[in-house]
Amino acid sequence: MSVTLSIIYLIATVTFVIGLKLLGHPETAKRGNLIAASGMGLAILGTIFLNDLEVPMFIYYLIGAAILVGSIIGWLIAIKVEMTKMPELVSLFNGFGGASAALIGLVEYGNRIGAGEVSKTITIIAAIAIGSITFSGSLIAWAKLNGLMWKDIRLPKYNFINNVFLLGILAFGAYIVWANTGSSALIYVLLIATLIYGVLFVIPIGGADMPVVISLLNSLTGIAAAITGMLYGNMVMLVGGILVGSAGLILTFAMCKAMNRSLANVIFGAFGADESDPIEGSKTSGQGTIKKTNPSDAAILMNYSNKVVIVPGYGLAVAQAQHVIHELEEVLTKKGVEVSYAIHPVAGRMPGHMNVLLAESNVDYDKLIDMDDVNPQFKNTDVVLVVGANDVVNPAAHNDPSSPIYGMPILDVEDAKSIIINKRSMNPGYAGIQNELFFNQKSAMLFGDAKEALTKLLQELKNM
Amino acid sequence: MNQIIEFVNQNLQMIYILILAVFIGVELIKNIPAVLHTPLMSGANALSGVVIVGAILVMLRSDPSNYIALSLGFLAVVLGIINVVGGFAVTNRMLQMFKKKRK
Repeated sequence: MSVTLSIIYLIATVTFVIGLKLLGHPETAKRGNLIAASGMGLAILGTIFLNDLEVPMFIYYLIGAAILVGSIIGWLIAIKVEMTKMPELVSLFNGFGGASAALIGLVEYGNRIGAGEVSKTITIIAAIAIGSITFSGSLIAWAKLNGLMWKDIRLPKYNFINNVFLLGILAFGAYIVWANTGSSALIYVLLIATLIYGVLFVIPIGGADMPVVISLLNSLTGIAAAITGMLYGNMVMLVGGILVGSAGLILTFAMCKAMNRSLANVIFGAFGADESDPIEGSKTSGQGTIKKTNPSDAAILMNYSNKVVIVPGYGLAVAQAQHVIHELEEVLTKKGVEVSYAIHPVAGRMPGHMNVLLAESNVDYDKLIDMDDVNPQFKNTDVVLVVGANDVVNPAAHNDPSSPIYGMPILDVEDAKSIIINKRSMNPGYAGIQNELFFNQKSAMLFGDAKEALTKLLQELKNM
Repeated sequence: MNQIIEFVNQNLQMIYILILAVFIGVELIKNIPAVLHTPLMSGANALSGVVIVGAILVMLRSDPSNYIALSLGFLAVVLGIINVVGGFAVTNRMLQMFKKKRK
């Protein structure tokens, strides 16, 4: 490797560190992203033009073509994607990164194994295994988020099966290293086994746990990149990958903490796991009658209140209702009502999902209030408007020890004077748990698609 | 056992860097506000596209007559660059929205 290229890699590595650092503050985030991106560009160009290998010209053309095609696809996806679809997009990209690492491992296995270097073989096998687990796991997560799988499929004893499967993969990987035959049949068996494991790993995990899963897969992509970096002794790949890996892990733990669950619990004991039927499991709650309301009654209630708090959830994203809700907020504010949004850390399907949505519709920063700050305010709140959120406002988390979400910190909307809940139907939320909040004396249900219901509500308010 | 010792021995420098990078990563991200969780994740996602450097190396080192290796490498470059370009672009788009409403 030429000295210039080494220096370029060093610069790129530093830009990654600085970029991530700046991404952590609202004022500097955009600059951080651009700095990291330019470092990445440098590293890519340097790798192509400053290598000291004898490479025939047509390979350069091929690389150029690949970069052109991929850049166009990536760019188009990035500018076209709807903000509500961010979790899907990140899952998909996670999968691409993983697949790339696995492919590199496959090619290098073919090239290198004859040399019999144990450490190289170990890294190659790890790259293939982690890369393909990330790839198939991310695709399943993507499919689930897109609603292509309407049910969380759980094989009987899936924990046991998954763990045995994983041990089997580890043992098989060790065998490939030990046998050192260079046989490509073995490596394809490993590839297929790890692809299957990725599917088995994500398939039983429930939709409400998606923020954790996406963070974890994000972390795995980074680790896969770091391992391929070890393979080439390439520092920019190693450090870049590890930075992503640890960032992903921190988000994973932050999400677990927001749900008061351990990582092992999310991975190995998805909601309502194994034997008990989730809805039956919490039958202590969910009794009584519900009260229905209509847009005009809801509008009157909100019109004459002093303080309204909006609790957005995944339903808001599904219905694309972020613009309507912002308009509603503006109309109310004009009428002298104080309006804010209560953001639960795991509302939506990825960390920070609600913040991005509301940012898209130009909602003011200061109006988004985190759980810990908003909870004491509910006592002075006249109306809480829950839009497409369920588990994050379920009081069972406080007072039903038999509930799967018992102990999870929630938004204490019960403290407010009245609660309007917009939902499409009485179906329990993604976690499949009945919500006694709906049966609360103070609650009124506003049924309907979030966008339609809110548009009607907005119309009523404007007419007042 | 010998193989493990050999592995550690051969990669000692990288293991140092790996451990230090883990600590840097943790320190950098530790106190990030919830508003930025999604952009951070998609930005980190773009960074993991650094795997494309390896994909390019695969193509550069391939035997020009090994079409399988070249095609797999080609695919790896395409997937990697989608991750890089798409990831940075979408993060930028998201952060643009955050910025707009600050005024």
